[in-house]
Amino acid sequence: MPGHFEPISGGGAAVALDEVEISIIRSLAVQLLELIGPGPAEEAGDDPLAELFAEGPSEPPKDPVLQRLLPDAYGGPGADAASPEEAAEQRAYSAEFRRFTENDLRAGKRHNALAVIRSLDRLDAAGDGGAVLELTPDDSRQWLGTLNDLRLAIGARLDVTDEEDTDLLFRLPDEDPRKPMVMAYLWLGGLQETLVETLMP
Amino acid sequence: MGGVTAPAPLEIDQTESAEETFAVPEPDVPWVTIVHNDPVNLMSYVTYVFQTYFGYPKDKATKLMMDVHHKGRAVVSSGTREEMERDVQAMHGYGLWATLQQDRN
Repeated sequence: MPGHFEPISGGGAAVALDEVEISIIRSLAVQLLELIGPGPAEEAGDDPLAELFAEGPSEPPKDPVLQRLLPDAYGGPGADAASPEEAAEQRAYSAEFRRFTENDLRAGKRHNALAVIRSLDRLDAAGDGGAVLELTPDDSRQWLGTLNDLRLAIGARLDVTDEEDTDLLFRLPDEDPRKPMVMAYLWLGGLQETLVETLMP
Repeated sequence: MGGVTAPAPLEIDQTESAEETFAVPEPDVPWVTIVHNDPVNLMSYVTYVFQTYFGYPKDKATKLMMDVHHKGRAVVSSGTREEMERDVQAMHGYGLWATLQQDRN
Protein backbone atom coordinates (compact mmCIF):
# COMPACT_ATOMS: atom_id res chain seq x y z
CA MET A 1 0.00 0.00 0.00
CA PRO A 2 2.80 2.50 -0.66
CA GLY A 3 1.49 5.96 -1.46
CA HIS A 4 -2.08 5.25 -0.55
CA PHE A 5 -4.29 4.77 2.48
CA GLU A 6 -6.34 1.65 3.02
CA PRO A 7 -9.26 1.24 5.39
CA ILE A 8 -8.67 -0.72 8.60
CA SER A 9 -11.41 -3.08 9.69
CA GLY A 10 -13.33 -1.48 12.53
CA GLY A 11 -12.64 2.06 11.27
CA GLY A 12 -9.59 4.14 10.58
CA ALA A 13 -6.96 3.99 7.88
CA ALA A 14 -3.39 2.80 7.39
CA VAL A 15 -0.56 3.64 5.03
CA ALA A 16 2.99 2.34 4.69
CA LEU A 17 5.53 5.17 4.63
CA ASP A 18 9.25 4.93 4.07
CA GLU A 19 11.80 7.04 5.90
CA VAL A 20 11.94 9.73 3.21
CA GLU A 21 8.15 10.01 2.96
CA ILE A 22 7.84 10.39 6.74
CA SER A 23 10.42 13.17 6.75
CA ILE A 24 8.81 14.97 3.78
CA ILE A 25 5.34 15.03 5.36
CA ARG A 26 6.77 16.07 8.72
CA SER A 27 8.85 18.85 7.19
CA LEU A 28 5.90 20.16 5.14
CA ALA A 29 3.63 20.11 8.21
CA VAL A 30 6.23 22.07 10.21
CA GLN A 31 6.49 24.61 7.39
CA LEU A 32 2.70 24.89 7.35
CA LEU A 33 2.71 25.56 11.11
CA GLU A 34 5.32 28.27 10.67
CA LEU A 35 3.41 29.81 7.80
CA ILE A 36 0.05 29.87 9.59
CA GLY A 37 1.74 31.07 12.75
CA PRO A 38 -0.05 32.70 15.63
CA GLY A 39 -1.40 35.48 13.43
CA PRO A 40 -0.68 39.20 13.73
CA ALA A 41 -3.08 39.88 16.61
CA GLU A 42 -1.81 37.19 18.97
CA GLU A 43 1.77 38.36 19.09
CA ALA A 44 1.43 40.95 21.82
CA GLY A 45 1.63 40.04 25.50
CA ASP A 46 1.97 36.84 27.51
CA ASP A 47 -1.45 36.99 29.16
CA PRO A 48 -3.36 33.89 27.98
CA LEU A 49 -6.67 35.57 28.77
CA ALA A 50 -5.77 38.51 26.58
CA GLU A 51 -5.26 36.03 23.75
CA LEU A 52 -8.73 34.60 24.29
CA PHE A 53 -10.29 37.99 23.78
CA ALA A 54 -7.88 39.19 21.13
CA GLU A 55 -9.45 40.19 17.85
CA GLY A 56 -8.07 38.88 14.62
CA PRO A 57 -6.72 41.00 11.78
CA SER A 58 -9.10 42.85 9.51
CA GLU A 59 -6.83 42.98 6.45
CA PRO A 60 -6.38 39.95 4.17
CA PRO A 61 -2.86 38.44 4.30
CA LYS A 62 -0.30 39.65 1.75
CA ASP A 63 1.11 36.19 1.05
CA PRO A 64 -0.80 34.42 -1.79
CA VAL A 65 -0.67 31.11 0.07
CA LEU A 66 -2.20 32.61 3.22
CA GLN A 67 -4.76 34.42 1.06
CA ARG A 68 -5.91 31.04 -0.22
CA LEU A 69 -5.93 29.43 3.24
CA LEU A 70 -7.69 32.42 4.85
CA PRO A 71 -9.97 33.82 2.12
CA ASP A 72 -12.39 36.76 2.23
CA ALA A 73 -15.96 35.83 3.18
CA TYR A 74 -17.68 38.49 1.04
CA GLY A 75 -17.24 39.31 -2.63
CA GLY A 76 -15.43 36.86 -4.88
CA PRO A 77 -16.13 35.86 -8.48
CA GLY A 78 -19.75 36.25 -9.57
CA ALA A 79 -20.41 38.80 -6.82
CA ASP A 80 -18.76 41.75 -8.52
CA ALA A 81 -19.74 44.97 -6.84
CA ALA A 82 -22.13 47.12 -8.88
CA SER A 83 -20.68 50.35 -7.47
CA PRO A 84 -17.68 51.62 -5.51
CA GLU A 85 -19.97 51.88 -2.48
CA GLU A 86 -20.91 48.20 -2.77
CA ALA A 87 -17.25 47.22 -3.16
CA ALA A 88 -16.39 49.20 -0.03
CA GLU A 89 -19.26 47.51 1.81
CA GLN A 90 -18.00 44.03 0.81
CA ARG A 91 -14.49 44.92 2.02
CA ALA A 92 -15.88 46.19 5.32
CA TYR A 93 -17.96 43.03 5.85
CA SER A 94 -14.96 40.83 4.99
CA ALA A 95 -12.79 42.79 7.43
CA GLU A 96 -15.31 42.35 10.24
CA PHE A 97 -15.71 38.63 9.52
CA ARG A 98 -11.94 38.20 9.49
CA ARG A 99 -11.57 40.02 12.80
CA PHE A 100 -13.89 37.55 14.51
CA THR A 101 -12.97 34.30 12.75
CA GLU A 102 -9.38 34.33 11.47
CA ASN A 103 -7.73 33.47 14.79
CA ASP A 104 -9.99 30.41 15.18
CA LEU A 105 -9.36 29.38 11.60
CA ARG A 106 -5.60 29.59 12.10
CA ALA A 107 -5.86 27.70 15.40
CA GLY A 108 -7.86 24.89 13.77
CA LYS A 109 -5.28 24.46 11.02
CA ARG A 110 -2.41 24.50 13.55
CA HIS A 111 -4.25 21.91 15.64
CA ASN A 112 -4.53 19.57 12.64
CA ALA A 113 -0.90 20.04 11.58
CA LEU A 114 0.32 19.39 15.14
CA ALA A 115 -1.71 16.16 15.25
CA VAL A 116 -0.06 15.05 12.00
CA ILE A 117 3.42 15.75 13.38
CA ARG A 118 2.65 13.93 16.64
CA SER A 119 1.33 10.85 14.88
CA LEU A 120 4.50 10.71 12.75
CA ASP A 121 6.69 11.09 15.84
CA ARG A 122 4.87 8.18 17.51
CA LEU A 123 5.79 5.81 14.68
CA ASP A 124 8.06 2.93 15.56
CA ALA A 125 10.50 2.82 12.71
CA ALA A 126 11.21 -0.58 11.21
CA GLY A 127 14.80 -1.58 10.43
CA ASP A 128 14.82 0.33 7.14
CA GLY A 129 13.34 3.47 8.72
CA GLY A 130 9.90 2.87 7.23
CA ALA A 131 6.73 2.23 9.20
CA VAL A 132 3.01 1.59 8.89
CA LEU A 133 1.02 4.59 10.04
CA GLU A 134 -2.36 3.69 11.53
CA LEU A 135 -4.97 6.39 12.05
CA THR A 136 -8.23 6.39 14.00
CA PRO A 137 -11.18 8.07 12.22
CA ASP A 138 -10.51 11.22 14.29
CA ASP A 139 -6.82 11.19 13.33
CA SER A 140 -7.90 10.67 9.73
CA ARG A 141 -10.03 13.81 9.74
CA GLN A 142 -7.12 15.87 11.06
CA TRP A 143 -4.80 14.36 8.47
CA LEU A 144 -7.36 15.10 5.76
CA GLY A 145 -7.43 18.77 6.79
CA THR A 146 -3.65 19.09 6.79
CA LEU A 147 -3.19 17.19 3.51
CA ASN A 148 -5.70 19.60 1.95
CA ASP A 149 -4.02 22.68 3.45
CA LEU A 150 -0.62 21.46 2.21
CA ARG A 151 -1.98 20.93 -1.31
CA LEU A 152 -3.63 24.38 -1.25
CA ALA A 153 -0.34 25.91 -0.09
CA ILE A 154 1.78 24.13 -2.70
CA GLY A 155 -0.85 24.79 -5.39
CA ALA A 156 -0.73 28.51 -4.58
CA ARG A 157 3.09 28.51 -4.64
CA LEU A 158 3.01 26.74 -8.02
CA ASP A 159 0.41 29.26 -9.17
CA VAL A 160 -2.21 26.62 -9.98
CA THR A 161 -5.26 28.75 -10.72
CA ASP A 162 -7.14 26.72 -13.30
CA GLU A 163 -7.45 23.17 -14.56
CA GLU A 164 -5.00 23.79 -17.42
CA ASP A 165 -2.26 24.65 -14.93
CA THR A 166 -2.65 21.19 -13.40
CA ASP A 167 -2.37 19.59 -16.83
CA LEU A 168 0.82 21.56 -17.49
CA LEU A 169 2.34 20.39 -14.19
CA PHE A 170 1.96 16.77 -15.30
CA ARG A 171 4.11 17.50 -18.35
CA LEU A 172 6.97 19.45 -16.71
CA PRO A 173 10.39 18.33 -17.94
CA ASP A 174 12.61 16.67 -15.32
CA GLU A 175 15.06 19.58 -15.22
CA ASP A 176 12.36 22.11 -14.28
CA PRO A 177 13.11 23.53 -10.81
CA ARG A 178 9.45 23.13 -9.85
CA LYS A 179 9.55 19.38 -10.49
CA PRO A 180 10.21 18.23 -6.88
CA MET A 181 7.37 20.39 -5.56
CA VAL A 182 5.06 19.08 -8.27
CA MET A 183 5.97 15.49 -7.37
CA ALA A 184 5.12 16.23 -3.72
CA TYR A 185 1.86 17.91 -4.75
CA LEU A 186 0.73 14.91 -6.81
CA TRP A 187 1.84 12.41 -4.16
CA LEU A 188 -0.07 14.28 -1.41
CA GLY A 189 -3.09 14.26 -3.75
CA GLY A 190 -2.93 10.46 -3.93
CA LEU A 191 -2.71 10.22 -0.15
CA GLN A 192 -5.65 12.58 0.30
CA GLU A 193 -7.79 10.89 -2.34
CA THR A 194 -7.37 7.46 -0.75
CA LEU A 195 -7.85 8.83 2.78
CA VAL A 196 -11.15 10.48 1.75
CA GLU A 197 -12.34 7.12 0.42
CA THR A 198 -11.88 5.52 3.87
CA LEU A 199 -14.02 8.29 5.47
CA MET A 200 -16.87 8.45 2.94
CA PRO A 201 -20.17 8.22 4.79
CA MET B 1 -73.92 50.38 -0.54
CA GLY B 2 -71.15 52.57 0.94
CA GLY B 3 -69.98 49.60 3.01
CA VAL B 4 -69.28 47.62 -0.18
CA THR B 5 -67.06 50.15 -1.93
CA ALA B 6 -64.99 50.97 1.12
CA PRO B 7 -62.68 47.89 1.07
CA ALA B 8 -61.63 48.39 -2.56
CA PRO B 9 -59.09 51.22 -2.02
CA LEU B 10 -57.66 49.25 0.89
CA GLU B 11 -56.81 46.33 -1.37
CA ILE B 12 -55.08 48.62 -3.84
CA ASP B 13 -53.01 50.10 -1.03
CA GLN B 14 -51.88 46.65 0.02
CA THR B 15 -50.81 45.72 -3.51
CA GLU B 16 -48.75 48.88 -3.84
CA SER B 17 -46.97 48.38 -0.55
CA ALA B 18 -46.20 44.77 -1.49
CA GLU B 19 -44.56 45.92 -4.72
CA GLU B 20 -42.48 48.49 -2.89
CA THR B 21 -41.27 45.84 -0.48
CA PHE B 22 -40.19 43.71 -3.42
CA ALA B 23 -38.20 46.50 -5.08
CA VAL B 24 -36.19 47.54 -2.01
CA PRO B 25 -33.65 45.02 -0.63
CA GLU B 26 -35.01 43.85 2.69
CA PRO B 27 -33.18 42.39 5.63
CA ASP B 28 -35.53 39.40 5.26
CA VAL B 29 -34.13 38.42 1.85
CA PRO B 30 -32.31 35.16 2.48
CA TRP B 31 -28.55 34.87 2.37
CA VAL B 32 -26.71 32.09 0.58
CA THR B 33 -23.36 30.34 0.96
CA ILE B 34 -21.51 29.95 -2.33
CA VAL B 35 -18.62 27.55 -2.89
CA HIS B 36 -16.25 28.54 -5.70
CA ASN B 37 -14.32 26.23 -7.97
CA ASP B 38 -10.60 25.84 -7.51
CA PRO B 39 -8.39 23.36 -9.32
CA VAL B 40 -6.65 22.11 -6.17
CA ASN B 41 -9.50 20.69 -4.11
CA LEU B 42 -10.25 17.08 -5.05
CA MET B 43 -13.74 16.31 -6.34
CA SER B 44 -14.05 13.45 -3.85
CA TYR B 45 -13.00 15.73 -0.98
CA VAL B 46 -15.52 18.45 -1.90
CA THR B 47 -18.29 15.81 -2.05
CA TYR B 48 -17.12 14.46 1.30
CA VAL B 49 -17.31 17.94 2.88
CA PHE B 50 -20.86 18.54 1.56
CA GLN B 51 -21.98 15.17 2.94
CA THR B 52 -20.19 15.52 6.26
CA TYR B 53 -20.85 19.15 7.15
CA PHE B 54 -24.30 19.71 5.62
CA GLY B 55 -25.45 16.11 6.01
CA TYR B 56 -26.52 16.04 2.34
CA PRO B 57 -27.14 12.63 0.77
CA LYS B 58 -24.44 11.46 -1.64
CA ASP B 59 -26.50 12.30 -4.76
CA LYS B 60 -27.10 15.90 -3.71
CA ALA B 61 -23.52 16.38 -2.53
CA THR B 62 -22.19 15.00 -5.81
CA LYS B 63 -24.49 17.23 -7.89
CA LEU B 64 -23.41 20.34 -5.96
CA MET B 65 -19.75 19.36 -6.40
CA MET B 66 -20.29 18.94 -10.16
CA ASP B 67 -21.98 22.38 -10.28
CA VAL B 68 -18.95 23.91 -8.55
CA HIS B 69 -16.65 22.10 -10.97
CA HIS B 70 -18.48 22.91 -14.22
CA LYS B 71 -20.26 26.21 -13.47
CA GLY B 72 -17.52 27.64 -11.28
CA ARG B 73 -19.77 28.06 -8.26
CA ALA B 74 -22.77 26.59 -6.48
CA VAL B 75 -25.16 27.72 -3.78
CA VAL B 76 -24.71 25.11 -1.05
CA SER B 77 -26.94 26.51 1.69
CA SER B 78 -29.32 29.36 2.47
CA GLY B 79 -30.67 31.02 5.59
CA THR B 80 -30.01 33.99 7.82
CA ARG B 81 -26.83 36.00 7.50
CA GLU B 82 -25.55 34.61 10.81
CA GLU B 83 -26.18 31.03 9.68
CA MET B 84 -24.37 31.65 6.40
CA GLU B 85 -21.40 33.22 8.17
CA ARG B 86 -21.21 30.05 10.23
CA ASP B 87 -21.31 27.88 7.08
CA VAL B 88 -18.66 30.01 5.34
CA GLN B 89 -16.43 29.79 8.40
CA ALA B 90 -16.82 26.00 8.38
CA MET B 91 -16.05 25.80 4.64
CA HIS B 92 -12.87 27.84 5.19
CA GLY B 93 -11.98 25.38 7.96
CA TYR B 94 -12.23 22.56 5.40
CA GLY B 95 -10.16 24.60 2.96
CA LEU B 96 -12.97 25.23 0.48
CA TRP B 97 -13.25 28.68 -1.07
CA ALA B 98 -16.62 30.01 0.08
CA THR B 99 -18.37 33.38 0.31
CA LEU B 100 -21.80 34.53 1.40
CA GLN B 101 -24.13 37.03 -0.23
CA GLN B 102 -27.73 38.10 -0.21
CA ASP B 103 -29.78 36.03 -2.66
CA ARG B 104 -30.96 38.57 -5.22
CA ASN B 105 -32.22 36.03 -7.75
